Amino acid sequence: MVGIRRVWWKTVLGLVFTALMLFPLYWMVNVSLTQRSAIRNGDLFPARFTVEHYAVVLRQQLPYLGTSVVVGFGTVAVTLVIAAPAGYALAKLLVPGRRLISFALLVVQMVPAVVMALGFYMIYSRLGVLDTIPGLIMADSTIAVPFGVLVYAAFMSSIPQDLLEAAQLDGASYWRTFSSVVLPLARNSTVTVGLFAFLWAWSDFLFASTLDRGGERLRPITMGLYDYIGSQNQEWGPLMATAVLASIPTAILLIVAQRYIAAGVTAGAVKD
Amino acid sequence: MAFRTATRAPQRKPRVAPESMDRRGQAARRNRRRMRWAGLAFVGPLLVYLLVFYPYPLYENISMSLHRFNRATFVTGQAPFVGFSVYREIFASPQFWPTVRQTAFFVIGSLVCQYVIGLALAVFFRRNFPLSAVLRGLFLVPWLLPIIVSATTWQWMMDADSGIINRLLGVLGLDPVWWLNADHSLTSVTIANIWLGIPFNLVILYSGLQNISPQLYEAAALDGATPWRQFWHITFPLLRPVSAVTLLLGFVYTLKVVDIIWIMSMGTGSSQTLATWAYAMAFGKGASAVIKYSQAAVVGSVLLLIALAMGAVYLFYQRRQED
Repeated sequence: MVGIRRVWWKTVLGLVFTALMLFPLYWMVNVSLTQRSAIRNGDLFPARFTVEHYAVVLRQQLPYLGTSVVVGFGTVAVTLVIAAPAGYALAKLLVPGRRLISFALLVVQMVPAVVMALGFYMIYSRLGVLDTIPGLIMADSTIAVPFGVLVYAAFMSSIPQDLLEAAQLDGASYWRTFSSVVLPLARNSTVTVGLFAFLWAWSDFLFASTLDRGGERLRPITMGLYDYIGSQNQEWGPLMATAVLASIPTAILLIVAQRYIAAGVTAGAVKD
Repeated sequence: MAFRTATRAPQRKPRVAPESMDRRGQAARRNRRRMRWAGLAFVGPLLVYLLVFYPYPLYENISMSLHRFNRATFVTGQAPFVGFSVYREIFASPQFWPTVRQTAFFVIGSLVCQYVIGLALAVFFRRNFPLSAVLRGLFLVPWLLPIIVSATTWQWMMDADSGIINRLLGVLGLDPVWWLNADHSLTSVTIANIWLGIPFNLVILYSGLQNISPQLYEAAALDGATPWRQFWHITFPLLRPVSAVTLLLGFVYTLKVVDIIWIMSMGTGSSQTLATWAYAMAFGKGASAVIKYSQAAVVGSVLLLIALAMGAVYLFYQRRQED
């Protein structure tokens, strides 16, 4: 009985921690649902409730949300195609210069985004691919690819050698071993990498603000939100409503990914 | 469970009788060769990607720092080569050392707080309790949200007149703080950045904890070790490699932070870091009214050097771990 009481006590404490951590998000939702005249009252809940801010924002920001979705999925595709095979090679195959590659992966993650943005800006303006979606996708993928490779490699090196040798004894080629043994086992890594690639692309502010300078053709939601900060003279209602809309993919993906987390981050496939 | 704890498959030593050594040796060599080709094929796309997408922008950046670019020469591409003279200007600038100090405060303050809080939470969540998985998942939300969302929310919470934080201070009988003015903006953006970084630390440290065998704790508990002693004698030492990775990556991520600072304060006042300074000069916003490509590239190169130095530290650490 003591054990059970102790555990419930932890749950209560956990709820308190989580509430503290998520308070800013609650506050964002609260403000987005409060009437303009009441926003500065600082009520703890939207006492003077309205959804009007959302109506305003949806009229203006919908195309930007579309752009962000396209850029997000493009970045995921590029990242997975490059990272998954590379992770397998680094974890399980002989790769000449493996240390150098691992080192390079670490180092390129350290390159300040500002440096990359300035370099990309220079190159893109020369190539005339400023304000293009593929340009933004490639730039965004540089955030996710090194991370993706390291995540895959870390997970794949924990796959028992016996399992891969068994597949190869059955005559499976490296590609088959990869595609029908390693990749399915690494399903959770794929979710993790894909998730973060999407969210980083979705959230990207730096590349969007530099490689998309006032171009109307592509304007991701982060830039839509940023314009609000500048132009609307601190209209906090619509601003917070846009922020809530920009957070929706996070919410959706977290619910979807939670299933994978629940399935047991690494254990799932082999434990039983 | 064994699967979880094995970080590396045991290396097989060739146990062969001397007489069959030659033939087996040949087969093994052939296998190794095949494996090497396969490895090259699988890692190929990454190699191409790494070679195209990083060195080129880096080269552009460094080249820009050695030429004197302005708006006109940027368009024509006729900027004169000036060696390190732009570097000398930046180092002599009255803004340089204060900015370095502010960057150090931002990075170290963020790292220490994020790590301590993240580790405490990881230990808290180590053993399952009702709702623990859900709560752990919810903790990720701040990390996954677009930074611009979090930053605007913090900006509003830190509003001097009607922000909730000053209201809370008022309830506690404290004076309101001008969070985002020149003097306090560094503290404010650091607080927001700590909040942003806690999930990252929690996730990595939590997964590190899962790789520590529960048997160790069981054995320690049988020997009567208190949770406190278990933490300092099992958790903390065994977590050291994971901690090193967390702090190193954290350092790097924090050093290059632009967006949270930019959105909250546009890098004005004390919140100007090397990264926001470079951004402001590169695109002529905020603290820099005019575009200064070369100066931005110089600050970028300084950031790059620090990053490379961290890479060297990490490699050195990794080598020593393996020995």
